[in-house]
Amino acid sequence: MVFLCGAASFVAMIPLVSLLLYVLLQGFKRLDWVFLTHLPTPVGVDGGGMGNAILGTITLIIIASMVGLPIGVFAGVYLSEYGKKNIFAWWVRFTADVLSGVPSIVTGIVAYTLIVKTTHHFSALAGGVALGFMMIPIVSRTTEELVKLVPHSIREASWALGVPRWRTILSIVIRTAKNGILTGILLSIARIAGETAPLLFTSFNNQFWAKGINEPTASLTVQVFTYAISPFQDWHDQAWSGALALLILVLTINLSAKVFFKNPRQLLR
Amino acid sequence: MNSNPEATTNGRAPKALPFSSLINNSGFMDRLFHGFTAFMAFMILLLAVMTAATLFIAAQPSIHVSGWSFLTSSDWDPVKGIFGCVPFVYGTLVSSLIALIIATPLGLGISLFLTELAPMKLRDPVAFVVEILAAIPSVVYGLWGIFLLAPFMRVHVDPLLIKFGNSTVVGLAALTVAILTVAILNSLELSEKIRALRPIEGYLYWGVGIVLGLILIGPFQHLITTYPLFKGPSTGLSLFTAGVILSIMILPTITAISREVFEAVPNSQRESARALGATSWETIQLAVMKPSKVGILGALMLALGRALGETMAVTMVIGNNPQVVSNLLGASHSMASVIANEFSEAVSDIHIAALAEIGLLLMVITFVLNIVANLLVWVTTSKYQR
Repeated sequence: MVFLCGAASFVAMIPLVSLLLYVLLQGFKRLDWVFLTHLPTPVGVDGGGMGNAILGTITLIIIASMVGLPIGVFAGVYLSEYGKKNIFAWWVRFTADVLSGVPSIVTGIVAYTLIVKTTHHFSALAGGVALGFMMIPIVSRTTEELVKLVPHSIREASWALGVPRWRTILSIVIRTAKNGILTGILLSIARIAGETAPLLFTSFNNQFWAKGINEPTASLTVQVFTYAISPFQDWHDQAWSGALALLILVLTINLSAKVFFKNPRQLLR
Repeated sequence: MNSNPEATTNGRAPKALPFSSLINNSGFMDRLFHGFTAFMAFMILLLAVMTAATLFIAAQPSIHVSGWSFLTSSDWDPVKGIFGCVPFVYGTLVSSLIALIIATPLGLGISLFLTELAPMKLRDPVAFVVEILAAIPSVVYGLWGIFLLAPFMRVHVDPLLIKFGNSTVVGLAALTVAILTVAILNSLELSEKIRALRPIEGYLYWGVGIVLGLILIGPFQHLITTYPLFKGPSTGLSLFTAGVILSIMILPTITAISREVFEAVPNSQRESARALGATSWETIQLAVMKPSKVGILGALMLALGRALGETMAVTMVIGNNPQVVSNLLGASHSMASVIANEFSEAVSDIHIAALAEIGLLLMVITFVLNIVANLLVWVTTSKYQR
């Protein structure tokens, strides 16, 4: 039986190793500076790249963070500081857990109806907001877990010195928990960096550099998807390189989250 | 206030002070901060309500036009304006079911390995591997699926399934019938009432079970020839491939939550089993798995929820055929993948509304599943924390 369980672990590793090796080997062929900084070229023309996609992903992450982080972090602070025996806090926690299980494409439809339909065009703003909506439940739960870990004696010491409660929370509690909060933020960013579905009809796609947040923008994930399902071998190669770039981005963020906090996975499900 | 400042209750942190008694909690900034953070928390509730409401409003035109036939019709004809969601619900459910069937034994095996059986040195690498599996974006899985998994399935796995799959399924179905009959007969406890049965009880039940199974092989065989489960030719882009890729993606979820649930079982349970002479496997069965059944069910439901909503990897390998097919090796479609494929290209408003209605259906299903699953996991892990 021990053997069977060990064999199960081994079987789990096979697709992972196969995937990582293949992405690495295939993607490395075309991953160079030209690829990372140039615009896509027509099929068959050399020198194409995913520069606009990479910039697009970064833009979307920034917009999503501006929407998702304030709400998420402060909601988490509320839940852990003021929300211990509160029925309102129970409902918020419950809702956050349920929301984190909603499929990303559904969030995309919501952002489409709210922003794309009202402004009558696709935009990076809509894509960023969709991703931000996804960030909120994750960040609030991880922040809450981490602020709860701050020992109560620190708060009491601060109150005993006459520091007002709001100041205690901001300057002392959050500062103590900042490593963990940062980890939660990094994990949520890694998660949304890899999202494709909500972007398919909010930020759509763009062959050129997006000139503002009101224009549709390319993103690494959507670009990889578009190239992967196309019939051109050149685009398939570029898709592998894009996947390699995406994988490096996401795994780097995940691993750097580990630097701050030993066991980040127990915060997320 | 405590008279003895060192007093603690059972070594845990001292109980929280009543906040209203603090002088530094009632200033203007305090109330402002409290209100601000409460407002942010309220935004989460608002987000949930907004998600549900927006989807409902977006789906209104289609609900108005199709009514209940949306849920029962299997015609999906955007050109004529006829929409029915049955093929997509079928595809979603079947691919998720296949994923669960494959991933559950693997996931439970891995989490048992990680919590009970592995030597300390192996735990971190294996846990790390499972974490990385969870972190890989879905579109990268899809890419790997199109170019590696689908050809592999088409060349190596599908021919075997076409040759032996159908008969194996018939055999397994007959075996399941046999086992079920034995279990049911056992639970009736007939030997309590009829003394004469006692010496032959086991053999009798198994005899009845096997005979019943053999009798049913005929009808099962007939059923499977009319609706074959594995029929060629296969392109590799099929319901089955989608199920396999989904199983890889939900494996980390099952492993992580089962681990949580197994670790919540106090060591005293394991030690008592050992003290009574149980072997390693018996200890696991009695002391770890038995009390964790509810939590594992919760883990499986959460994994199912994740599989139901998975979009990109499924879109890339499922074949995009909006029809109900009994052939697992045939192309199909799923709720999330039809939205991903058709939403940005939908021309008519009614088409978009129909896709939004599918999104609404998907949201309702995952909401319900998540609520039940979270309750189950919470019930199990909190049982030991009192």
